[in-house]
Amino acid sequence: MWRQTMGSALRLTVLVWLLCGLGYPLLEVGISDLAFPAAANGSLVRVDHRIVGSRLIGERFTGPMWFKGRPSATGDNPMHSGASNLGPLSRRLRDHLWARRAQLVRRHPSLAARRLPADMITTSGSGLDPDISLANADLQAPWVARARGLPLARVQALIAHAAHGRWLGLFGEPRVNVQVLNWTLAAALGRR
Amino acid sequence: MTANGFWQIALILAVAFALSVPFGRYLARVFRNERTRLDPLMDPVDRLLGRIVGRRTLGMPMGWKEYAISMLVTNGLMGLLIYLILSGQGLLPLNPLKFPGLNPFLAFNTAASFITNTNWQNYSGETTLSLFSQMAAITFAMFAAAATGLVVAIAFFRALAAPADGGRNLGNFYQDFIRALTRVLLPLCLVITPVLVWQGSPETLHGLAVAHLVQGGVQRIPLGPVAGLETIKQLGTNGGGFFGANSAHPYENPTPLTNVIEILLMMLTSLSLVVTFGIMVGQRRLARVMYTVMALMLVVAIGVAVHAEQAGTPVLAGSGLMIHPGHGQMGGNMVGKETRFGITDSALFNTVSTAFTTGSVNSALDSYTPLGGMVSLVQMMLNCVFGGKGVGTLNFLMYGIFAVFIAGLMVGRTPEFLGKKIERREIVLAALALLVHPLIILLPTAWALASPGGVAALGNTASHGLSEILYAFTSAAANNGSAFAGLNANTPWYNTALGLVMLLGRYVSIILMLAVGGSLAAKPAVPSTIGTLRTDTALFGGFWFATIIVVGALTFLPALVLGPLAEFFLLYPHG
Repeated sequence: MWRQTMGSALRLTVLVWLLCGLGYPLLEVGISDLAFPAAANGSLVRVDHRIVGSRLIGERFTGPMWFKGRPSATGDNPMHSGASNLGPLSRRLRDHLWARRAQLVRRHPSLAARRLPADMITTSGSGLDPDISLANADLQAPWVARARGLPLARVQALIAHAAHGRWLGLFGEPRVNVQVLNWTLAAALGRR
Repeated sequence: MTANGFWQIALILAVAFALSVPFGRYLARVFRNERTRLDPLMDPVDRLLGRIVGRRTLGMPMGWKEYAISMLVTNGLMGLLIYLILSGQGLLPLNPLKFPGLNPFLAFNTAASFITNTNWQNYSGETTLSLFSQMAAITFAMFAAAATGLVVAIAFFRALAAPADGGRNLGNFYQDFIRALTRVLLPLCLVITPVLVWQGSPETLHGLAVAHLVQGGVQRIPLGPVAGLETIKQLGTNGGGFFGANSAHPYENPTPLTNVIEILLMMLTSLSLVVTFGIMVGQRRLARVMYTVMALMLVVAIGVAVHAEQAGTPVLAGSGLMIHPGHGQMGGNMVGKETRFGITDSALFNTVSTAFTTGSVNSALDSYTPLGGMVSLVQMMLNCVFGGKGVGTLNFLMYGIFAVFIAGLMVGRTPEFLGKKIERREIVLAALALLVHPLIILLPTAWALASPGGVAALGNTASHGLSEILYAFTSAAANNGSAFAGLNANTPWYNTALGLVMLLGRYVSIILMLAVGGSLAAKPAVPSTIGTLRTDTALFGGFWFATIIVVGALTFLPALVLGPLAEFFLLYPHG
């Protein structure tokens, strides 16, 4: 019985390995490449034939000319996704939140008296969150408009262009894709 | 909870419950070897596989021992293959980033983790695994572990269905395994993967894209066959991510639509198996009682978690963040959560993931509020709020045997369950099956807390640190795989200890449960009389629930008091 069991188990293992470990993923690669070539290869965006990033992967924007995404616990590095994993009582969590808030208030003193959107100074789950809340984008709009010398209404129109509602009006959160927003902002001015 | 949150949860649960009835019927057809719509497509595949595995083996009826041995030998060989691929990936193809093989401790932990359907990960996929390993080791293991859980449950149901031959035929492991793949797992994955790709999940053999950023500088973006892995990871209640951030990663779970799909995939088979149980054992009323009790536990868990996360914490409020939702933002505790999911979709996903012991997460559990995190911990301790593929239903039935026994003692009747007398052998085996779980959680947790190396791995201090270790061993024992991820468990001690706990948690309980099934199957059926304690009533359902809570609470309450509850009272000192 043992020899029969070992033989059958071994053959089953090899077959399932070929079928599920190689056949299935390779077949899906083929189907995906034919049906959705852009999405299957990472939703990359090209300007002048050069990849400038992915619609889905956040990057760090610095300086007053750009909208800022959420803080990343892992340095906005796609090679290292993850969260801060700081517990709700963690002293480091409190220190980080206070430091990020203080930095914003230094640049925009009018913020001192108001509460910030929940996503603005908290790190995301992936460290690569491409989105911010509408409130977060609205708050940043006048700063970016002033820095770029654009009318506020123009910047707000670009925000609307980069915004998504809830799916079916119900699922997920309304949000603004910072990657798309900043790229259109750059293109609108014709400078990179 | 917001009105929007309420309707999202209500709609997702309604769809999941509605799908489970026809799918449960379908599973019963598949494993009774009746005709299904997929036969014209899949019969040739079955025949080919059957011919290679061996016609003689496939025709052999198996008792519980033969079934368990075939399962163990097959899983052992598969685990060995996974270990070899992971260790040797440096020599294998499709390794664009030139990752070396895993060290023996990490390779053992990972192989044990994926073959037991745990998917605990002491590594980050994007910096550790080649594309070949992601497919040939990880994706393969996900199918294998899911099919194993499914067929074990089916064999147990057949034992309870009181076969005429006294339990000498619980089906054939190899045939069940093949049908689980060709009739259930592969067809669903083949259809759903393209939907995830359409939404933005990559499926490619390019390992890396290099972006030249508009602000200057370069961004290296890892890619790979993500979507195919993602589908089976959710459907098989496996849970191990392609990337370190798991389902929080925009490539694994790009939109609210994929989030809904991934939640439904996690729930589908475990919900349906309760229906399948009712059909195969001929106990539809009892199945309805079980389904109701588990569904109520799930709804309460989701409600508590979503409420706790939406309520936020005094620390967040004190840092000048908006706590109430509205004005174009979501409020609540957004630490470790993604913008597109907000509070509701994050807490719902993780609660479902720990109820159904998937273990994938779309937000960082370590940063959840004390109660939000405790919900996940408690569900894994009970391990039967629907639970993982197959095993959850079996755990729930073990509690049922226990409840019948206690109720029998209280009213002075011979305990009977499913028309069989429950005697010493069944009670001992069921008690062992239930006691293994706390034993392999609490002992290693205590050991880790008492050793300098165990504590050095912590990412947080005080009671939250205790929760991190407790969570790790609970997750391993429940074959869940989610983590309070601040714990850096990629050390030889943790790799070995967690690996062993996962193996014990999986195979010891499966063997004990199959033994209970075999023992019940060998008994003559007792005719139901006026003196029989009925188990398919709301009253007994309530008693069943009370048994689960009392046994679970007595075992784990002290640990919970030291961990999440202590943290709760520190965080909210004035109630």
